[in-house]
Amino acid sequence: MHELPQTLVSGLALGTLYGLIAIGYTMVYGIVQLINFAHGEIVMIGGFGALTIWLWLPDSVPLTAALPLMLLGGALASVAVATAAERFAYRPLRGAPRLAPLITAIGLSIALQQLVWAFYPDAKKSRSFPQFHGDAFEITGSVHLQRDDLFVLVAAPLCMLALGLFVARSRTGRAMQATAQDPDTARLMGIDTDRIIVLAFAIGGAFAAVAAVATGLRAGQINFEMGFVLGLKAFTAAVLGGIGNIYGAMLGGVVLGIAETASTTYIQHIPGMQQLGGGGWKDVWAFVLLIVVLLVRPQGLLGERVADRA
Amino acid sequence: MTAPLLEVEDLRVAYGKIEAVKGISFTVEAGQVVTLVGTNGAGKTTTLRTLSGLLTPLAGTIRFDGRPLTGVPAHQVVARGLAHSPEGRHIFPRLTIAENLQLGAFLRKDTDGIAQDTRRVYELFPILGERARQAAGTLSGGEQQMLAMGRALMSRPKLLMLDEPSMGLSPIMMQKIMDTIAELKASGTTILLVEQNARAALSLADRGHVMEIGRIVLSGTGAELLHDESVRKAYLGED
Repeated sequence: MHELPQTLVSGLALGTLYGLIAIGYTMVYGIVQLINFAHGEIVMIGGFGALTIWLWLPDSVPLTAALPLMLLGGALASVAVATAAERFAYRPLRGAPRLAPLITAIGLSIALQQLVWAFYPDAKKSRSFPQFHGDAFEITGSVHLQRDDLFVLVAAPLCMLALGLFVARSRTGRAMQATAQDPDTARLMGIDTDRIIVLAFAIGGAFAAVAAVATGLRAGQINFEMGFVLGLKAFTAAVLGGIGNIYGAMLGGVVLGIAETASTTYIQHIPGMQQLGGGGWKDVWAFVLLIVVLLVRPQGLLGERVADRA
Repeated sequence: MTAPLLEVEDLRVAYGKIEAVKGISFTVEAGQVVTLVGTNGAGKTTTLRTLSGLLTPLAGTIRFDGRPLTGVPAHQVVARGLAHSPEGRHIFPRLTIAENLQLGAFLRKDTDGIAQDTRRVYELFPILGERARQAAGTLSGGEQQMLAMGRALMSRPKLLMLDEPSMGLSPIMMQKIMDTIAELKASGTTILLVEQNARAALSLADRGHVMEIGRIVLSGTGAELLHDESVRKAYLGED
């Protein structure tokens, strides 16, 4: 059991990263009941936006100083693509059968990958992403925190806090909740629900960019396909936590991140399951967790029962 | 003679190929209570939803407060002074009662006026004041109806549209809601009331219109319609 604290720390870093992406799925779903399957690509675009800033800055600028600008550049790219997708791909399909926007999302996802592959310089293979140099932080003798993980562990709670306050306290946040609960009635109140929908996509895009920078820092590289598995995991996290609920998305992300990390640490010690542990199986265990939660608690950890929505 | 507050002329509304409202005309004068009565599917709710911009008419014109209202998007209608308390109440269940009322005043900036109107709603419906911090979804059906009406009043409307305010309520609660509408009328509020409970609605109304499958088949003062033979038979359950 001596690995437990380390598993929790590493799992938390991975999980908050998933959570940031899951927010994008859950906010859009909460308001327009659309699963934006191109959201993984919004993350990827954010990564390339941040990388562009890094490459553009002079070599003498240290990563710590560059980070805010990279986040800004990544967020600009992600938000622009996410809101353009809403305006030109999803909005014309509002009121269409549910399959239409879903297929559009998958098409958009492929198109965005291929656009980056084709037009971003040298993006046909992975591009290296800057990382912090130096040893991991020692929390206790056997528990370490990677320098590059510190970023997401600071950024994710700050993002969450800001979003939570915005939704609960601000006038626009209240309009957002109203739109999620009853869009037609929200319009009767004078709320421009089209604007609220754009805002949901934009917030999801901004969070995606933060997650993209975190991913780049952790892996030391980004590529045009990175959004696929990340998107799938984050979607899992959103469903796990209860789709439509922002705190659920973060909780689902953390549970998934810890479960995934724990599976690589512990499962190989279970007699008879040695060959089912290790890094290669972590995705399998992540989705096994999803299946179990859906069987036991279909509405997700913090989800409302469907009857409440009527 | 001044123009009526609301003028609806030859309004036609369809869902796909099915025409739900087939050319109706009526007016509401400032200070009046006008009611649309009729059975399910007569087109009453469709009419209100078109007035508030949630549905787009096929044809016809709507003039409100001297200006055309046709084609104005729903979120701009309330700014023009027309508030709609929808059928089935549609309160925001996971927001508190106070938050629901604040949303009713979403476009207003006059903090003092909003506070004053909130107090007025709590005076009208004391139960809402007692439970101001509670989630609206926890209220009973009648209390939700009070909230929906209070929320609509929070925009200080020139015209208040109430869709089936007595639907699904106990007789006591229904009486309470009808008394409140009478109280609002006495204070000078202009109301367009849609009701299946024709007797209650016509007793309150200055004018009534009977709708049947998308058309107005009979119009008159509330009292005239209450005593009309065909109305008594069809809508008041008398032989």
